[in-house]
Amino acid sequence: MDDQASTAPQHPIITFDAQPDGYKHWRMEIDGRIATLTLDVDEKAGIRTGYELKLNSYDLGVDIELHDAVQRLRFEHPEVGAVVITSAKDRVFSAGANIPMLAAARHADKVNFCKFTNETRNAIEEATSLSSQAYVCMINGTAAGGGYELALACADIVLVDDGSSAVSLPEVPLLAVLPGTGGLTRIVDKRRVRRDRADFFCTTGEGLRGQRALRWKLVDALAPRTRLAEVARTRAESMAANSDRPISGEGMQLTQLDRVISSEEVRYPNLAVAIDRTARTATFLLQGPDSPPPGSPEEMMACGDRFWALAVARELDDAVLHLRFNEPDIGTWVFRTTGEVPLVAAHDDFLLENSQHWLVREITLFLRRTLKRIDVSSRSLIALIEPGSCFSGTLLELALAADRSFMLTGTFEGSNLPPAVIRPTRMNFGPLPICTGLSRIETRFLGDAAALEVLQEHIGRDLIAEEAEELGLVTFAPDDIDWTDEVRLAIEERAAFSPDALTGMEASLRFPGPETVESKIFARLSAWQNWIFQRPNAVGSGGALELYGSGKQPDFDRGRV
Amino acid sequence: MQANYNETIPNNVDLGDDRRLLRALERWQPAYLQWWNEMGPAESSKFRVYLRTAISVDSDGWAHFDHVRMPDYRWGIFLARPEANRVIGFGDHKGLPAWTEVPGEYRTELRRLIVTQGDTEPASVEQQRQLGRTAPSLYDLRNLYQVNVEEGRHLWAMVYLLHAHFGRDGREEAEALLERHAGDPDRPRILQAFNERTDDWLSFFMFTYFQDRDGKFQLAALSESGFDPLSRTCRFMLTEEAHHMFVGETGLMRVVQRTCELMREFDTDDVRAVGGVPLPMLQKWINFHYSICLDLFGSERSTNAANYFGMGLKGRYQEDKRDDDHRLVDTQLEIPRVSAGGIETQIISARAGMNLMLRRDFTLDSQRGLDRFNKVIGAHDIDFELTLPDEKFNRSIGIFSEIEASPSGGLLDAESWERSKDCWLPTEEERDFVRSLMVPVTDPGKIAGWIAPPKRGIHGQPFDYEYVLFR
Repeated sequence: MDDQASTAPQHPIITFDAQPDGYKHWRMEIDGRIATLTLDVDEKAGIRTGYELKLNSYDLGVDIELHDAVQRLRFEHPEVGAVVITSAKDRVFSAGANIPMLAAARHADKVNFCKFTNETRNAIEEATSLSSQAYVCMINGTAAGGGYELALACADIVLVDDGSSAVSLPEVPLLAVLPGTGGLTRIVDKRRVRRDRADFFCTTGEGLRGQRALRWKLVDALAPRTRLAEVARTRAESMAANSDRPISGEGMQLTQLDRVISSEEVRYPNLAVAIDRTARTATFLLQGPDSPPPGSPEEMMACGDRFWALAVARELDDAVLHLRFNEPDIGTWVFRTTGEVPLVAAHDDFLLENSQHWLVREITLFLRRTLKRIDVSSRSLIALIEPGSCFSGTLLELALAADRSFMLTGTFEGSNLPPAVIRPTRMNFGPLPICTGLSRIETRFLGDAAALEVLQEHIGRDLIAEEAEELGLVTFAPDDIDWTDEVRLAIEERAAFSPDALTGMEASLRFPGPETVESKIFARLSAWQNWIFQRPNAVGSGGALELYGSGKQPDFDRGRV
Repeated sequence: MQANYNETIPNNVDLGDDRRLLRALERWQPAYLQWWNEMGPAESSKFRVYLRTAISVDSDGWAHFDHVRMPDYRWGIFLARPEANRVIGFGDHKGLPAWTEVPGEYRTELRRLIVTQGDTEPASVEQQRQLGRTAPSLYDLRNLYQVNVEEGRHLWAMVYLLHAHFGRDGREEAEALLERHAGDPDRPRILQAFNERTDDWLSFFMFTYFQDRDGKFQLAALSESGFDPLSRTCRFMLTEEAHHMFVGETGLMRVVQRTCELMREFDTDDVRAVGGVPLPMLQKWINFHYSICLDLFGSERSTNAANYFGMGLKGRYQEDKRDDDHRLVDTQLEIPRVSAGGIETQIISARAGMNLMLRRDFTLDSQRGLDRFNKVIGAHDIDFELTLPDEKFNRSIGIFSEIEASPSGGLLDAESWERSKDCWLPTEEERDFVRSLMVPVTDPGKIAGWIAPPKRGIHGQPFDYEYVLFR
């Protein structure tokens, strides 16, 4: 029930498709075990009009290509053990996110952009720590703001020692916003820069150079201009030498997604997302595998990127990004599945049994990243577990990620499908953690080791609704008489609440337990940044972001809040 | 069990085909009967009472008379006939089609409205549980039971809405309606007036005059609701509520009549000695019941009430007869305000003043009956006038709860109030006196001495008809 249905998106649709031979801003080169990603931003090729991407500054388009490159290096290049990120511009590494672009962007676009760039930087760190594909940043010139934050996501930072090139986080003094792409968190939490030094560093617009940057642990090594490439290469090679990735062999080509977008639906081979603009709801219907998993990793390689677990991860990931950027008014995502519980569980077993294989590992990590994307999406998540569904293992994670889940007790009248079951697998107990490092089940039963133990005894068992409710794996288990109304009312009620309050509430309830760099970036840092993005001191007519480049000085409201 | 539901529960909601309702009722109906037997009219299960049963919403179906045992009474589920193309008549959704299903965003508010209304229905049955022992006539005993079974049916009506539209929450709320009890210190009824004792017949007539009139206005406001099932349910309930007020008004009229007769016959103002209720004592009962009923309307300024109106859930009395935009977004309302210097006025949004508006309609309506009582008094050449006390008198809820005032509205300090309140409210001694008048009269055609017989009987039957068969 609502008087105002949302309308189809106004802007041209943003897609996340990219291909290395079509990159406008990056170059990818592979040389043995070392890949080099070179940033060479085309000033005139912003994803939107109205700004120029000077000094290797980036916008969403630049970052979509980076995201694609990071992804392809993992899947298509098993032999790459280390990646060097650098710039093609003379004496400029990157000036960070483009300021005129940010100043002109709507609040929601800023937030979405930051979240996506954060996710890509997290993926870079994950590649280093879990894919054995380490990132080295070769800073050949000024690295300011988001430019240095990209370096901070790398495992190793080499700075040119030319007496002028500095790393800096000038957001506070110059723009009255924060280094929100992980900068503040990573310098103290990851690089262990002393917090008083970090305070100084973050307020000095020009940043730090040379020895001082090294001594303060802002970089890991210095190199003269003439030897910079060589030093970076050497460091990359020693990292690659420690990589457990295969030295040679075929990669997994990620082909163009088979996707049809209309105003009512986004359809992929294994996923259909139906959009109800009146209810402001998107219903994801995921298709389980239609056959048993391959007998070996080699057989899996032969399937190409149509292998179910990989295909479903790609499609789900793409759909989540599509809805985030292009359907901001669709505030509730409903997850449904269809297929055979045993086949999903068998795929989980296949992934777990072959977890030493580089591609199996990549696929599992990709599933993990995709589910994390869902966790940090500012949408209400509801899972509907009905007869014919296949919420097992990896797909059960969707129900565990949801803010609320409903599982039908019994069957629908007139249907000959047996009652729905869910089947936990080992995949639910560790390989797919949320950003706090805990599994979704651990998070659900935080601090209750006894409950976890009981649940572990149910691995591999089919649980009907009453059991699932009893075990705490679903929120409600209405029968078919109550089902329609309970679900309808839950969704309608959700759609009526303030989206802002819901986002705040959901983000606060989804991540109980310990903090990690990642969780701090998504919670603390992003929340502060998004608050500042709303404040007149940044975005008011006299705010620093608005006046940037005009020569006028901002007129701050001096009151502390 | 399912097969005969349509027969034992008269209804126009296709009960026999509704699995959801049948399932809910399977649990609820036995619990309801148990409640009736434990908390309903005391020692009455063997009596056969000349009751009106609604068996359909047609003009000839809503009043079917017969002697029945109350536990076998056919509590039915009736909604007034649907109006074709009904639209929401007020609030932010004015002009849109009325909802036939609960709108998700208003689920909580609607449930609260229905539960609050529903809670009053069994409460009054509980409050009146002991009255059957002291009825002044068979006619009155029958009226008491008629009111009781209809309050029971009103509970069914609200429970129907909870069962049909609110899923598991609704079923739980329906059970809770039977678990709270009037005056129970641990699980009291929601509204305080429904925890007061109604243990004498004067109080019963006051109750059916005032409290049931509050019920009428609440139901009228809910019958404007944009949630069509609630509207239709309340419209049908209003036809029954009218009978309750008839019992109250004619009951009080007959007490006034008898008192005046005794005053004339014995030429005395104090009819206590001759077994009557003196007029000043009646005034005290009015003071008490009217003032606690004003509290039932809630605070003069209420965000909840404003929300209910804006959401289209609860309107004003006779919304469609009002000449305004029915949205009241910018309309203002003057309401009283207590200040150091006395009572002043303040301006608030009209939406926030919904409770006060409904209460003012209630006051006008309450006064009309008093005018008729005063005519009877005047016809006996007695110089006395029954009046409604001022809205500031004896209040526990709203603006005036923090001050004390006399029935004429004069402000009092706490000390003066303590000193004077026994002059205006029933004292324990007076209550004892009224209780002493309450001797049961069970012979057909006979009546207790403190009340006059009715002008006519029920459904064309004479006064001396055997309205209740004790065998």
